[in-house]
Order: sequence, then C-alpha cells, then structure tokens
Amino acid sequence: MSTELYNDGPVVHKPTFIDGHSVEIPELRILQQDGTTYPNADLPDIDQTLAIKIYHTFAFHRVFDERMVASQRQGRLSFYMTALGEEAASVGGAAGLQPQDMIMMQYREQGALMFRGFSLKNFMNQLFSNADDLGKGRQMPIHYGSKELNCMTVSSTLATQIPQATGYAYGQKLQGLDAVTICYFGEGAASEGDFHAGLNMAAVQEVPVIFFCRNNGYAISTPADEQFRGNGIASRGVGYGIKTIRIDGNDILAVLKATQIARAYAVKEHKPVLIEAMSYRLGAHSTSDDPSGYRTKEEEAKWQANDPILRMKNWLVKQNWWDEAQETALFEKLREEILAAVKVAEVIDKPHIDTMITDVYDVPSAQLQAQLDEVKAHINKYPEAYPFTAGKF
Amino acid sequence: MAQLNLLHAINSALDIAMAENERTVCFGEDVGHFGGVFRATSGLQEKYGKARCFNTPLVEQGIIGFANGLAAQGSVAIAEIQFADYIFPAFDQIVNEAAKFRYRTGNEFNVGKLTIRTPYGGGIAGGLYHSQSPEAYFAHTPGLKVVIPRNPYQAKGLLLASIRDDNPVIFFEPKRLYRASVGEVPEEDYQLPLGKAEVVQTGTDITLLAWGAQMEIIEKAAQMASNDGISCEVIDLRTILPWDIETISRSVMKTGRLLISQEAPLTAGFASEIAATIQNECFLHLESPIARVCGLDTPYPLALEKEYVSDHLKVYEAIKKTVNF
Repeated sequence: MSTELYNDGPVVHKPTFIDGHSVEIPELRILQQDGTTYPNADLPDIDQTLAIKIYHTFAFHRVFDERMVASQRQGRLSFYMTALGEEAASVGGAAGLQPQDMIMMQYREQGALMFRGFSLKNFMNQLFSNADDLGKGRQMPIHYGSKELNCMTVSSTLATQIPQATGYAYGQKLQGLDAVTICYFGEGAASEGDFHAGLNMAAVQEVPVIFFCRNNGYAISTPADEQFRGNGIASRGVGYGIKTIRIDGNDILAVLKATQIARAYAVKEHKPVLIEAMSYRLGAHSTSDDPSGYRTKEEEAKWQANDPILRMKNWLVKQNWWDEAQETALFEKLREEILAAVKVAEVIDKPHIDTMITDVYDVPSAQLQAQLDEVKAHINKYPEAYPFTAGKF
Repeated sequence: MAQLNLLHAINSALDIAMAENERTVCFGEDVGHFGGVFRATSGLQEKYGKARCFNTPLVEQGIIGFANGLAAQGSVAIAEIQFADYIFPAFDQIVNEAAKFRYRTGNEFNVGKLTIRTPYGGGIAGGLYHSQSPEAYFAHTPGLKVVIPRNPYQAKGLLLASIRDDNPVIFFEPKRLYRASVGEVPEEDYQLPLGKAEVVQTGTDITLLAWGAQMEIIEKAAQMASNDGISCEVIDLRTILPWDIETISRSVMKTGRLLISQEAPLTAGFASEIAATIQNECFLHLESPIARVCGLDTPYPLALEKEYVSDHLKVYEAIKKTVNF
C-alpha cells in the first residue's frame, strides 16, 4: 500500500489551496409540503401497506410525545424528550431496513422503536423506571432498548454508539449475515472524537454500517454555526472516503429512498454509507430545556411549516389512502390508549432491591452480595426512610 | 512442556482462542502482519486471515468502541492497546460503555466477550509515557475485571480465562518481563481462575503482596529477609478486580503483618484499597501498620527510574521496619 491510494490529483507548480466549502453537496428532495412529488423524482419502494404503517407510527409518535410532555408537566414523569419535527428521520430509517438490521440510536429515535413494534407498555415501563422495565429502572427516561427488536439500548454518553456500530457491523459481515447496522447521531455529537474514530474505522475496515446524521440545527442551545464549519456533516463523509448523501430530513420519501439504497449498497459492497438528514428540532432539547432563550418564534414558525407528518398526510390523501375521518379516529384512539397506559405504568412497583447488584457482572460477587446485605439491614432499621423497598425483601 | 517467554505464552493463548472459535478476532495498532510492536500477535494473521487479525487506524477510542460493538454482536473481541499509557483516549469506551453495558441495558445486551490486552509497567527506560501502571483507575469501575500475570505460565492460563470469561476484562501484561521471564508452559489449553490470588510461598512473620512484574521483586526481598530469619508469606494477587479478599485476610490473620508493593504512585493506588479493607477485616490481628511500597506521587521518571520504582531493597527495608515495629 502506498500514497497512490489517494494521491490522484494533478501535480501543480503554483500553490493551489482548496477552499473548505468547495465540496458541493446536493440535497435529495422527493416530496413537497403540499403532498405532491417533484417531477421526475425517483420514488422509494413503498406500497399502501408500508405507507399506512409509517403514518400510523407517525401518529403514535406525535401523540405519545405530546402526552408524555404533559405527564412531565403534571409531575408524573421526571424527564422526557420529544422528537417533534424530526420524526421522518427515525421512522423512515427503520422503514428502509429489515428486522434483522441493528439500530443504534442516539436518544431521539423513539420513532425507530415504534416502527419496529416496541410496545406501548414497554415504553411506559421504561419511562416510569418500574419493575417491568426491560432496563430494570436503571436509566433515565427515554433510554429504551430491545434485544428482541434489534434496537441497542440508548446510552446518555454521546457518540459512543458510532464506533460501536462499526464494530457491530463488522461482526455481521464476519458472519456473512444479510444484515447491516444503522447508527443515529446528531450534528452536535459529530464533533466528538468517537464520530471520527467510527467513520474512519468503518471506511478502512469496510463494514456494512449506515451512519445517519440528524442535522437538526441545535445541540441543546448551541446552533450548528457554533458547532462546526465546512459543508455540514456530509463533507466529512467524503473526507473519510465514505459514500455520502444529503437529504431533506423532513421528507419521508427521501429518507426512505436514501436508506433503501444505502442498505442495498452496504449489504452488497460491505461498505459504509453516510446520510445527512437536514431537519430542525422543533421541540425543546428535553423537558429540562427552554428554547425561547436562544432562538426566535419566527425561526420555529418557518420549520413548523415543514412538518414531516403533515407532508406525508398530504401525500397519503392525494393517493386516496387516507382521509380526515380516519385521521380523527386514529388520533383519538391513540390519546386514550396512551393515557390509559400511563395510569397502569405509574403505579407498578419500583424494581426489587436485589436488582441493585445484578448485571454489574454476569454473576454478583460475594463482595457485592455482602454490600447489598448491609443495605438491606439498614433499610430494615429505618424502613420509613426507604418506602419503595422496605418490607419488600 | 516447552520453555516459553511471556510473549510466546500470550501468543500461544491467542492461537488457542482463535482456533477454537471462528468468531474470535484480534486487532489493534500494528497487530496484523507485523504481529504487534512486541510481536504478541505474531503469525496470527497468516494463520487465521486478515479478517480475524488486523491493523486498526491509530485511534484508541475507536479500537475499544469498535471492540464494544463487536462483542455486543456476539463475536469474541480481543483488542490490543499498544501501551497502557495510551489507553486513556479509550477511557470513556471502557469506563462508561464496556463496564456498564450489561447493567444499563438490563442484560438485554452485554460485552462479556471483550478482552483488552495492554502492556504496562516500567523497567524498560520508557519514561513517563511507556511505563505507567494504570490498574487503579480501572479498579474503581464496577463491571470490569482487571487481571495481571507474573510469568509465562500464569500469562497463558489467565489470558485464556479472561477471553472466555463472560465479562469485559482488561489484561495488563508486564512488558519488562515479555522476554525476560521464561518458564515452563504447557502447549495445550488450560485456564487459571480469575478473582483468585495465589500463595506463592508460605511463611509466618509477614505477608508480602504484589502483582505482575512486582512479584519477582517481593520474592527477592523475601529471600533476603529469610537470611535474617524473617519468614515471609508471598502472595500474587493476580486479579485486581474483583480481588480475593479472603486469601489475603486469611494470610494476614496468620502473619499479623502485611506489606503491599506496587509500581504505581502511592496515593490512591490499589495498595491503598487493599490496606483499607484488610485493616477492617483483620484489625485485631494486626501487629503493625500495613506497609505500602510504591512509586512516588510523580510521573514515572526516565533517568531516575531506579530511584523511583519499588525494588527489592526498598521492600526488604520495609519488611524489617514492619516486623520490628
């Protein structure tokens, strides 16, 4: 191996600098806000069944986010994160894959789990950190995950999932599986070292991973122009020698099309793809955040007019696959189901005290057992101070 | 049995692990055709192919991030960090990710199939960035196992156990002994237990405890002390986390005295944790304060390495002081 790998430019004899913005990156748009597709646009592989499944997921997502923010405001839930305005990225990504493909989320991709069929009950149990939570009540709300559905559990540590996705996909390739890994992250997380590590290793080791950047303009309060220079995140993919596409992230058909092509390429060529989806975080970063301190209502209004869910609905209506009566009935039904699920999950017990020491190792050590026994003896001495666990072991 | 040095013993363990499972993968900087800067992975790429033994780009956080993903997928991931001094870019992937993977997912996922090999320790004129002993940083992290062998026989048996253990393991290799330590090593497959210390020499007056390259130091000091009529019990801790409190306590209850020798700096080193636990377990049996012979609280020196490091003379003096307290 030598520098011939990349040194294919002309030799010059006068200094020639390349401008940081000189890479021109087109943005794929298929669906317009009024529900018509652009003339000559390449449509994704989608039929009525898939379209309705996506739209049902969208509806569930929207109502779920709305109800859970309300629950947090009522003091029933400690914390929540919506994906308002960005639903097409996660739902469309999942819809463009196969069930055996691994999804590695950042934290705003509940739409992917919803599309895969993570149950309402599972969502609620996680949000309320109760005894039935698959994660055993150990992580803050929104840190969902499911082995059964091939959705890696969310971790708060930003961008760590990126090199992990590269490794996961390498394992899939090694086994010769018809499977890829998709890895979500935001444009803010793309500043972390793990982003660069993960993309470079994926390019060099040639692994079937789809890096999906949700460029939503903000990392909590920090706008993209204070996060990076250069032509977005997509230009970095080019730098790493990765096949790259930029798409309108609020366009479900563009997300689906790009993901379908990326998957086919990744499986066939065993090589990574980078998708940069341009979108906007319409909601707050989390329920602990208030965007009015760092951005204007006018800016938000501009993006509200780009609502990806309304855009898809307009398309479905034009296809005669959806109407207002169905819309009203679906949203009403979802509100009732979600409200009922909150009431069930919030009264389920906290996890048993023994789960404090399980899963640290495959088997708890004698030392951990002794530490737990000490805590139990203490609880028995002061039961009124530990109401969740006293008398329950 | 063959006479092998510590590197060959490690290479033999890796060979067995790769032969028994086609999903075992070895990787790291220069690990491929070159066989690693110390040659621990020598010949593995030729034998098992480029897909299973390969070079990675120069990015420690990427190596361990990749290894976490690979292990979560079900492959057996054996990652090499070229020097333990360079493990810190991967600290987040080890401490926040590998160590907490099983716990935070409620056992939906785990990286039990991850082993991180890395050469540690001084004695090779490596200065502050090729000599560190960072085991205490990782010992402070529930979810990890930390293992350090003292000779070729131990290295092979403990490495095979680490690779097969269903928890992420950091395996620190005493690089000063890579070629210097030679001993009988069975060619066949065998394992030594993790979490178990080994009493290397029995004695009655004082317990000497160390791990890795410090073992030959305390053994030499024990020999000197025996010439003075002091009977030392010598123990190799072998696994730093989770460590064998029972074996150490039993010994100290018998001898009434404990000396711990480590290469790392004194303050908050693993010797401190041992001292705190043993004074709690053995308080009424102790006849003198627990002694710690350690590096100074400075970066690891180059020109003054001999003066800095815990050697047999420092340990010998500390034995006499403790016994005559």
